[in-house]
Amino acid sequence: MDFINAFLPYILADIEKTTPDAIRIADYLPYILAGISVGGQYALISIGYTMVYGILRLINFAHGDIFMVAGFVMIYLSATLPLHISAVFVILITMLLGFVVERVAYKPLRNAPRMSIMISAIGVSYLLQNCAWYFTSGLAKQYPEIPWISESITIGSATTKIVTILTPVLTIILVAALVFLIKYTKIGMAMRAVSKDFETSRLMGIKINTVISITFLIGSFLAAVASLLYFTNYTTVTPVAGAMPGLKAFVAAVFGGIGSIPGAVVGAFIIGICENLIKGAGWTTFSDAFTFALLIIILVAKPTGLFGEKSTDKV
Amino acid sequence: MLKITDLKVSYGGIEAVKGISFEVPEKSIVTLIGANGAGKSTTLRSISGLVRPKSGKIEFLGEDITGKDAADIMAKGITLVPEGRRIFPDLTVLENLKIGAYLRKDDLTDDLNWIYDLFPRLKERSWQPGGTLSGGEQQMLAVGRALMSRPKLIMMDEPSLGLAPLVVRNIFDIIKEINRQGVTILLIEQNANMALKTADIGYVMETGRITMTGSGEELLANEAVKAAYLGT
Repeated sequence: MDFINAFLPYILADIEKTTPDAIRIADYLPYILAGISVGGQYALISIGYTMVYGILRLINFAHGDIFMVAGFVMIYLSATLPLHISAVFVILITMLLGFVVERVAYKPLRNAPRMSIMISAIGVSYLLQNCAWYFTSGLAKQYPEIPWISESITIGSATTKIVTILTPVLTIILVAALVFLIKYTKIGMAMRAVSKDFETSRLMGIKINTVISITFLIGSFLAAVASLLYFTNYTTVTPVAGAMPGLKAFVAAVFGGIGSIPGAVVGAFIIGICENLIKGAGWTTFSDAFTFALLIIILVAKPTGLFGEKSTDKV
Repeated sequence: MLKITDLKVSYGGIEAVKGISFEVPEKSIVTLIGANGAGKSTTLRSISGLVRPKSGKIEFLGEDITGKDAADIMAKGITLVPEGRRIFPDLTVLENLKIGAYLRKDDLTDDLNWIYDLFPRLKERSWQPGGTLSGGEQQMLAVGRALMSRPKLIMMDEPSLGLAPLVVRNIFDIIKEINRQGVTILLIEQNANMALKTADIGYVMETGRITMTGSGEELLANEAVKAAYLGT
């Protein structure tokens, strides 16, 4: 970080000399940084959507709310436990929640029409939100300040929190680990097989339910990590706090081509950066609208997304 | 080795298999022949645990395996080469073979060499995605994948379907070769001529029931079988 700090002013000064007044990167730098950071958080959430879709052809509407619950769990745990221990428990409890949701609400509907399981997912989403209303009385709760990652750091002309820099780095590391898992391990091979053909996978001796549970555990793990990074930036959690980031991560997954992990990550970074650049240009009101306009354009122009499979149906 | 007693299977009210009994002796090739919709595939699917039989008993090596989970039945040494091959198109040829040995934890080198000896074409293409293979090669991959689990009994659902006559002959040669190496085979076929020539014992299935039994040669010579399935 010191290294970047030492050189960035010179680099930026250099750019400024050669660019006309109209475009000044230095002015936009804070927004680009914030965009990359929020993009990383969306990316971590969107992987949960895209993996579950890849394997079950289900849009897990409850995923954003699982992310929200992770936020509240952190608030309640950190009231009594040290922060680093709370963070570990937040991750474990969120994974357990994802696992239980799948077993209780989705597994019994394995052979039901796809629409039924989708509606079950919407039900779980509202259930989690309403439980959160009940336990918090609907009040916004203060998210604990996590030392070190909440500290300020100055990069060139921009002052930001360390979490802004940490997020994209952590995102890339986790995604790389996940891609390795899927491509080179036995369980990863089983996940790819199950996502293509349930019945033949069963004939190979693969326990479908175990593989699906693992998918939900991974998705919830990443959502929990995202919640630690995201709420540190936003300071409060409300029962509907999962809705917006959840929806945006979903748009990112569709944009990248739902079912594709690299697609979801690229889509999330693009959406995060664009949103913040729009804010930087002074159109904050329209930054959310942009994301959803993008969803409509993608669905009309290229429904399979950037990296989507050509045929989305099972062979 | 495999003993089926009064097996009944139904799909949503329609009884596809209406009480059949047959046996597959160890180290033999047994074939079930019959027209579309006779219940052949359903029989294999219920033996492999993909569908739960309504009633009846399936015994393997003296153990009752009726209604057990597909993964457990696989672990006991029964494997199915499904109809239409059903290889994993996005997995490489090598991965397709490895996934056949999913339940095994020991070293696979010898088995891979064995499969590559049986099907040299697969070795040349081991890094290609399975979906890029031709129909005949995919069938070989499906058989190789099934063999990777070191099965005691291998069941094949229409292995010759949609393949050129030369490739069909090749597939049947492989079946005999696998059997010679000690694997018991239960084969279902519409190509009755090839199946009966290969098999030790044949059963004729019609609308969910077994109507005729005999050795391969007997059934080949039978007038009723000739008229209905051999087209002569």
